[in-house]
Amino acid sequence: MNAAVVSANYGFAEAERSAVEERTLTYIAAISEALREEMARDPNVLIMGEDVADPFGGAFKVTKGLSDEFGTRRVLNMPMAELGFIGAATGMALMGLRPVVEMQFADFISAGFDSIVQFAATNYYRWQGAVPWVIRAPSDGGLRSGPFHSQNPEAWFVHAPGLKVVAPATPADAKGLLIAAIRDNNPVIYFESKPLYRSLKGYVPPGEHVTPIGVAQTMRQGDDVTIITYGAQVHQALEAAQTLAVEGIECEVLDLRTLKPLDEEAILAAATKTGKVLIVHSANRLAGVGAEVAALIAERAFEWLDAPIARLGGLDVPIPFSPPLEDAYRPNAAKIARMARELARF
Amino acid sequence: MLSNEQRIELYYWMQLTRAFDDLMVATWRGGRGLGGVFSQRGHEAISIGSGYALAPEDVVAPMHRDLGCYLLRGMAPVRIFANMLGRANGVSRGRDVNLHGAGDLGLNLVGFISHLPHSLPVAVGVAMSFTYRREARVALTYVGDGSSSAGLFHESLNLASVQKAPFVLIIENNQYAYSTPLSQQMNIADIAVRAASYGIPGVVVDGNDVEAVYAATKTAVERARAGDGPSLIECKTMRMLGHAIHDGAEYVPRELLAEWEKRDPIVTYAARLVAEGVADQDELNEIAHRCAVEVADALAEAERSPFPDAATVTEGVYAP
Ligand SMILES: Cc1ncc(C[n+]2csc(CCOP(=O)(O)OP(=O)(O)O)c2C)c(N)n1
Ligand SMILES: [Mg+2]
Repeated sequence: MNAAVVSANYGFAEAERSAVEERTLTYIAAISEALREEMARDPNVLIMGEDVADPFGGAFKVTKGLSDEFGTRRVLNMPMAELGFIGAATGMALMGLRPVVEMQFADFISAGFDSIVQFAATNYYRWQGAVPWVIRAPSDGGLRSGPFHSQNPEAWFVHAPGLKVVAPATPADAKGLLIAAIRDNNPVIYFESKPLYRSLKGYVPPGEHVTPIGVAQTMRQGDDVTIITYGAQVHQALEAAQTLAVEGIECEVLDLRTLKPLDEEAILAAATKTGKVLIVHSANRLAGVGAEVAALIAERAFEWLDAPIARLGGLDVPIPFSPPLEDAYRPNAAKIARMARELARF
Repeated sequence: MLSNEQRIELYYWMQLTRAFDDLMVATWRGGRGLGGVFSQRGHEAISIGSGYALAPEDVVAPMHRDLGCYLLRGMAPVRIFANMLGRANGVSRGRDVNLHGAGDLGLNLVGFISHLPHSLPVAVGVAMSFTYRREARVALTYVGDGSSSAGLFHESLNLASVQKAPFVLIIENNQYAYSTPLSQQMNIADIAVRAASYGIPGVVVDGNDVEAVYAATKTAVERARAGDGPSLIECKTMRMLGHAIHDGAEYVPRELLAEWEKRDPIVTYAARLVAEGVADQDELNEIAHRCAVEVADALAEAERSPFPDAATVTEGVYAP
């Protein structure tokens, strides 16, 4: 999405254009800005992870400059031991600190799985000890990185009671949801999209900008087919919607933004508006977040449906490296358009 | 004692590894690569010296910086280049990236995953299968200084020790885990001291001296084969390029690299072979030339090879 489209979406007047241009950030810069502002605002916010300190500043440079600015007391390089340092983040969080833990890649979050889903996630329910950490997980593929640097493991965490899970699709939400996650008193897994890091620019409101957790956003209005999605696939869906508009098919595109808790009302409103629903995510389709969304619609909006609910996701195979295989694996605008077109004709 | 012939063989394998690595780095820097790759420049003596101490029936689980080990065990360079380039004839049939997925049980090689150090417990299990079947075979794997911080390091070595598994662990201490120097990873000078806490032998060797690595591994392998249990060998070396091809490693002091450059495992071994009258320089040059041709041919063939057919994407998930 370019800045013009975003500013149009936000309804800015001509006169405000230049201010908008000035507040146009890449997705990755928006994440860094959220970290910097929250560290400046709250001395309890700190960063932990592999290679996060300067001069290196993290594998993707999200934390670049932060240890120079705030000191290595607040930006801690960790030994390569995710289970250990995620558990340690839980301990720090129990003492009222707000660690933001960087996974080098979302794929490696499984190394800390026990500590996340068994300890941190259940803690408050068991004995009311709040665990206000955030784990940042750089996810998604399409970048020819193979099975272990391309994953989208959000469904594992959506399935775990006690966690919150967010997945921003725009620079504004990348910033706003990270700030909301840091301020939230619960463990939040924040899936940031690697393919959007530097390829996506967009308007980010000046000043304090918080995107509430649990609220979806309509990205495009349409009466024929509803596409419900999140993360990088939001942009593929918007591209597909543009293609279909030329053919006279108007798509409603809903960006979930938060995967747990789901914005049920927004999902049901979007589904009932067109009666034809396509759910899309990069993660495996099988038992993915889309399955839950489909079940919700089937349970609560059955009588509004004019076609079977359609789902598009990754195939049930490890994410392959070779370009023809990865392209066959992964949803994209063309595949979305094809399925939405079929739905429209149903 | 190594014969002169064996010493020249060690030189050949290190040189082949270097030739492959140099060509790989040049190809990827030149924009003709696909995905990321890891250079093993400076680590040749470790993977060749240790791998050379094994019998063909022994099993190895190499890590991302052990190119030489794959070559030594007979994986054809074209299969490796084809894997790196995502071709159908690559070891993983286009499924996995760089040396990931380069497993071949026909060559007694176990492929690795990115998650470190997950080959460690798996290699211990391979060794336990040898005990179970009363086979005089040994399993060997590698772990970096960085990966030695993970809990699996402890779990695996303790398990191997109590099981008296015929297992050898080579630690490739190359001073860095990505950008993180040793000083931020551990408060001990030698990782090998940890062996004491498992009741197994642990030694430190010069990881740039192929014969020293060979000798230490040979001792450990013989001990394992005799049923006396696992050993740990820490090889000290230096990662001479970035973590992976994209990384310029600006965080590594240049003086440190210059110091280690003087200890290049191949250059120093060549000088030693000439000084000890094992080979003359012309002979070594001829080997280097042969290696360069071999890897160039392999790359050319890999680049000519087809990509996998997209229609096969769902094939091969389950064993029949
Ligand atoms: C569980 C896990 N976390 C993070 C990574 C990302 N990563 C890949 S290699 C590496 C550093 C490994 O350092 P070391 O073990 O010393 O091996 P070296 O690369 O130096 O040879 C890291 C952090 C990973 N592969 N696995
Ligand atoms: Mg290392």
